Amino acid sequence: MEGMSIIVKKVSQLLAGLIFVYGIYIILHGHLTPGGGFAGGAIIAGAFILLILANGSSALNLKKEISGSSNTESLAILMVVVLAMMSLAFGVKVFFSNFLPKGEPGELLSAGVIPLYNIFIGIEVAGAILTIFLALVIFKEESSK
Amino acid sequence: MELTISIILGFMIIGAIYALHAKDLLSAVIAMGIVGYGLVICFLLLKAPDLAIVQIVVETITLVIMVAVVLDSTRKEVEIKLDRRTIINILTGFVVFAGLFYFFILAIQNLDPLGAHSLRMSEAYVEGAVEKTGSVNLVTGVLFDFRAYDTLGEAVILYTAALGVLTLLRIKGKK
Repeated sequence: MEGMSIIVKKVSQLLAGLIFVYGIYIILHGHLTPGGGFAGGAIIAGAFILLILANGSSALNLKKEISGSSNTESLAILMVVVLAMMSLAFGVKVFFSNFLPKGEPGELLSAGVIPLYNIFIGIEVAGAILTIFLALVIFKEESSK
Repeated sequence: MELTISIILGFMIIGAIYALHAKDLLSAVIAMGIVGYGLVICFLLLKAPDLAIVQIVVETITLVIMVAVVLDSTRKEVEIKLDRRTIINILTGFVVFAGLFYFFILAIQNLDPLGAHSLRMSEAYVEGAVEKTGSVNLVTGVLFDFRAYDTLGEAVILYTAALGVLTLLRIKGKK
């Protein structure tokens, strides 16, 4: 996959970091402001997609990346289930119960396990969207050969 | 506000109809973009910023992928020949549409006005949700505490979709 002109490359390199940090902000503040794991994960995946589209990459590099992203999303969905199972061991023994101390509402560190769920769902969504995109790009590269 | 939403809904309907009948597939994809971004503005006007953020990002990513697919394959619409089978299909479509429209009219007569909540469950969620979940954002509180099973299901659906794409494309690529 070929990259675009040098102006697009530079601007995308400048913007991708900002988009990535904004996605992390949306995920971490999911229990305080609008947003959460799904929105933030999609934004993070968007940052990667912007970089790949603008700068281009060889199919060999993309294959390394796709194994990384699919491993990451598998681990993240596993962590969500593990967190849900942990609530069977602590506190009220109910699947998906909020077993950590809830803290002061409105603080960044509050709401018990909800921020943790947000983080892992965010990683999962980002990994899944990136995996689908990379699979399509690699398929196109290989079939055009 | 209802007038604004009605105007945007009108644009979305025009965009959807144009996307169905466009000769050029690229303009059909762009017309589908009108539907998606109109939905974003509707979500914002109906005070649902959580949904609006998700919708605008997903819409942008899918639009980029669709445009790439259309530019890479063909831009021409498949031509429809008017034989007996097509006519039967069109007639079946009209019958199904009439039936659905009848039940839609029946259902809409029993609906509450827009924004009025009458569900018993949602009142239990809204009252004292901050004390129960500790989350100030009610939507996240519902998603990850009251309805965590739904969220797990959604995440697993995404995971399965990624797995399916990987499997399908790998088989085709190996040949």
